[in-house]
Amino acid sequence: MSEWKRIIELTEIPQLGSRVVRSAKGDIAIFRNSENKVFALRDQCPHKGGPLSQGIVHGETVTCPLHGWNISLVDGTATAPDEGHTTCFEVKIDSGVVFLKI
Amino acid sequence: MKKMKLVVVGNGMAGMRAVEELLRIAPGLYDITVYGDEPYPNYNRIMLSPVLANEQTIEDIILNSREWYAENHIQLYTGKRINKIDRVNRTVTAEDGTSSEYDRLLLATGSTPFMLPIQGKDLDGVIGYRDIKDTNTMIETAKKYKHAVVIGGGLLGLEAANGLKIQGMDVTVVHIHDTLLERQLDSTAGMMLQKSLEAKGLKFLMSHRSESIVGKDGRVTALRFKDGTEIAADLLVMAVGIRPNFALAESAGIYCDRGIVVNDTMQTYDPRIYAVGECVAHRGMSYGLVAPLFEMAKVCATHLGNFGIGRYVGSVTSTKLKVTGIDLFSAGDFSGGEGTEEIVLHDAVAGVYKKLVIKDDKIVGSVLYGDTKDGSWYFQMLKDNKNVHEIRDNLMFGQSHLGDVGHKGQTQAAAMSDNAEVCGCNGVCKGTIVKSIKENGLFTLDEVRKHTKASASCGSCTGLVEQILASCIGGAYQPADTSSKPMCGCTDHSHGVVRENIRERKFLDIPTVMRELQWRTPNGCASCRPALNYYLISSWPHEAVDDPQSRFINERAHANIQKDGTYSVVPRMWGGLTTPDELRAIADVTDKFKIPTVKVTGGQRIDLLGAKKEDLPAIWSDLSKAGMVSGHAYGKSIRTVKTCVGAEHCRFGTQLAMDMGVKLEKMMFGMWSPHKVKFAVSGCPRNCAEAGIKDVGVIGLESGYELYVAGNGGIKTEVAQFFCKVANDDEVIEYSGAFIQLYREEGYYLERTVHYVNRVGLDYCKAKVVEDETNRRELYERLLYSLQGYVDPWAERAQPSKVRREFEILAI
Ligand SMILES: Cc1cc2nc3c(=O)[nH]c(=O)nc-3n(C[C@H](O)[C@H](O)[C@H](O)COP(=O)(O)OP(=O)(O)OC[C@H]3O[C@@H](n4cnc5c(N)ncnc54)[C@H](O)[C@@H]3O)c2cc1C
Ligand code: HEM
Ligand code: SF4
Ligand code: SF4
Ligand code: FES
Repeated sequence: MSEWKRIIELTEIPQLGSRVVRSAKGDIAIFRNSENKVFALRDQCPHKGGPLSQGIVHGETVTCPLHGWNISLVDGTATAPDEGHTTCFEVKIDSGVVFLKI
Repeated sequence: MKKMKLVVVGNGMAGMRAVEELLRIAPGLYDITVYGDEPYPNYNRIMLSPVLANEQTIEDIILNSREWYAENHIQLYTGKRINKIDRVNRTVTAEDGTSSEYDRLLLATGSTPFMLPIQGKDLDGVIGYRDIKDTNTMIETAKKYKHAVVIGGGLLGLEAANGLKIQGMDVTVVHIHDTLLERQLDSTAGMMLQKSLEAKGLKFLMSHRSESIVGKDGRVTALRFKDGTEIAADLLVMAVGIRPNFALAESAGIYCDRGIVVNDTMQTYDPRIYAVGECVAHRGMSYGLVAPLFEMAKVCATHLGNFGIGRYVGSVTSTKLKVTGIDLFSAGDFSGGEGTEEIVLHDAVAGVYKKLVIKDDKIVGSVLYGDTKDGSWYFQMLKDNKNVHEIRDNLMFGQSHLGDVGHKGQTQAAAMSDNAEVCGCNGVCKGTIVKSIKENGLFTLDEVRKHTKASASCGSCTGLVEQILASCIGGAYQPADTSSKPMCGCTDHSHGVVRENIRERKFLDIPTVMRELQWRTPNGCASCRPALNYYLISSWPHEAVDDPQSRFINERAHANIQKDGTYSVVPRMWGGLTTPDELRAIADVTDKFKIPTVKVTGGQRIDLLGAKKEDLPAIWSDLSKAGMVSGHAYGKSIRTVKTCVGAEHCRFGTQLAMDMGVKLEKMMFGMWSPHKVKFAVSGCPRNCAEAGIKDVGVIGLESGYELYVAGNGGIKTEVAQFFCKVANDDEVIEYSGAFIQLYREEGYYLERTVHYVNRVGLDYCKAKVVEDETNRRELYERLLYSLQGYVDPWAERAQPSKVRREFEILAI
């Protein structure tokens, strides 16, 4: 059963940056982009498991720090021609606080 | 707002490339309609030769499938020929009456083979070589008939002849001149080529003028020459040149002169009508190779996309014959002429011939036969107008940037088997690259990197990949013009232009740069953002905003990310010196945080490998207490100053190498640079600190020091070049500081000193630093100014603060 869990105030995540949540399902990266949208992905690159939370965020994409794959923040798929997918989680912002469904 | 309508006439390589570029930069701006008179979607015309040579099929060479048109909401009409443009009502009409309105019209009608106006040219079995239909005709004819004659010993003719031979026909090439490819090769190379083709079974009739074509029952049977002789022919392919298709444009009153005349923005005399491809005449030139057409397409797309930048200013082209087993490359003007010199290497036994034509210390032309591995290198220098004076003596022996490590020293792509590894970093074989180029229709190095990962990591196999690309797509391969290459896909501006704007217009943050220079993406990408951040902070120290989110993780976490997501921590040991207290602190930290590996690095530091990110602030706090600071082993920054023991202890020492090293390292603490910077100081010419492969190497002498610059260990070892001799420690600091500041101000992001110095020339650096005292002092002072007040990033993050929160893991 997944439920909404309070994570942190939005302002505690840097714009075009991320924070890591340690959960029973492994590390989850919460990203905030320049339009203050938030996204949550499993913190593992589909390529060789690199920590996506540590990558550079641009638009709705994050570039993995290890070998530069581009992963969509929206659905977790790698940008062509690379192929792969990482799990996405639902997130929402409610009165300036970020919630994660897990 | 209602969408504008764009109609494209000509569903070929140039037209569709323009549409692809347009969709990329301004998706959704137009309702697009495409008319093509061939019954196929856009295909890779240059691959018709491999199709004829049985190396590929028609399906393989389709570039844009019908689904692609549908997905991009493009209305595609195939098999429909436009025969009327009504410029007043802005409509085009096809032969069958189909008609479309336009707001913008793009003409990309290509060209048609020129058919010699001789008797019998309309007989069955007399064809040109241009499209799928011609190719199929040849393949079918080969099944029933024996004798093929190709008129024209140019690229197209030879590729046709080679293919027909492979199809089993008996082939004779008839050429009007006495050497083949006379426009691309000089006579020596032409003769060598003819010999190798003869060895493949082709026959040649040189210096023969065709007079008429003889036929029977409506079909060709022979070709007759001016001297009265005849040769049997069941198939006659004319490959004597192409004529731009401009009749349609001309009939609509658009100004044409041997092509549709366009300006530098690819506009015709009717400003609503653009033209690209072989059908145009730009500054009096028409082109018959795809590389220039793609450049035109790109410029055209930026203007159609209301993004009015970019001009097409003409192209220098290069050629490569796509006949398997024959290596031939030609570029520029090799005919010689006033003021030119030639360098020639001819090894008849090995079948190698190379000629470079040089004018005013610049390469203006080159012909390579048998060994073409340096073709792209020469071509690059030709396009860049590079002064080759300094490297002239070695020019002929080629660029050994090919194959240092990682691919077993292989340098000749043609000789490699399909399963030979090309890219050692990513384990990519030649066959994989060839397949990807052909099937995905790749034309550039970047595309090959994206699709196969070959040469995408260390880059040492770039030359090999370029060769493979060139041999697959022939003259369509155009090495990028390094001086004006865009920074990345987010912009059309080059590094140089962006940097100049930042300096001249005093931009202080990334959003401003992106807005003013019209970035196409909302916040750039992982390649342009770090570059912009560096240009900003190096141009405007203490004023520009340093954006941590635009730095690579290592520079944000102040430690090196490892393959498993842990980090390595390298504390600074000034000049490679340490103390018992520091060693104790390191040992304690290692125990306390269960660091799995401790290693002495090549740069005389101690590396603690396998630290967890969340432990980093605490580790730094402990190290700080022992007086240690960040070693910046992770950054595009000053890494290490390596020293030998010098006159302090060594019996040969002439200068205090350790002391000098520590002073240099302290001067540069906290310095960010385009790429990493390493120094070394040796106390005497025995050079135990290996100063000869550093960005700046300092070597002590009785009478002072020698400075060497632009050396590099790594993928390709580059020996540092002698820069100047100085008298004392203060001068070492000022001269090397000034050199590094010059590099900081002018180097492109991710360009090492060796590449920077190769680009601008060592003499230029000497003029700025050694010969110009005032400039040297100013450079040095600007360096000191930008480093003023630098706070150790570790100490800063060891305290609880906003910059520290990045390291804290959240729990739920
Ligand atoms: C066998 C062969 C090998 C080649 N090899 C190389 C090579 O190795 N390297 C290289 O750089 N180049 C090579 N080329 C040249 C290259 O293919 C051309 O330069 C390029 O295709 C030209 O592109 P384009 O768009 O201008 O013309 P095209 O690709 O010819 O496209 C024009 C299209 O417009 C259509 N059209 C014309 N008029 C109308 C009309 N009124 N209505 C509707 N449609 C119309 C034509 O049917 C055609 O499909 C080769 C060409 C051939 C034939
Ligand atoms: C991004 C990839 C790189 C990483 C992670 C990396 C990492 C390292 C590490 C960990 C060391 C210390 C090795 C040791 O313990 O002996 C080292 C040393 C060295 N690296 Fe790299 N390196 C990289 C790229 C390069 C490149 C591209 C070059 C050359 C252009 C290079 C040249 C060197 C040299 C010459 C040394 C020895 C240092 C010295 O003697 O001062 N490295 N590198
Ligand atoms: S470089 Fe010279 S001074 Fe330095 S350790 Fe070697 S021999 Fe001694
Ligand atoms: S430390 Fe350098 S040479 Fe060794 S594996 Fe890493 S990148 Fe390669
Ligand atoms: S692990 Fe992410 S790109 Fe390799």
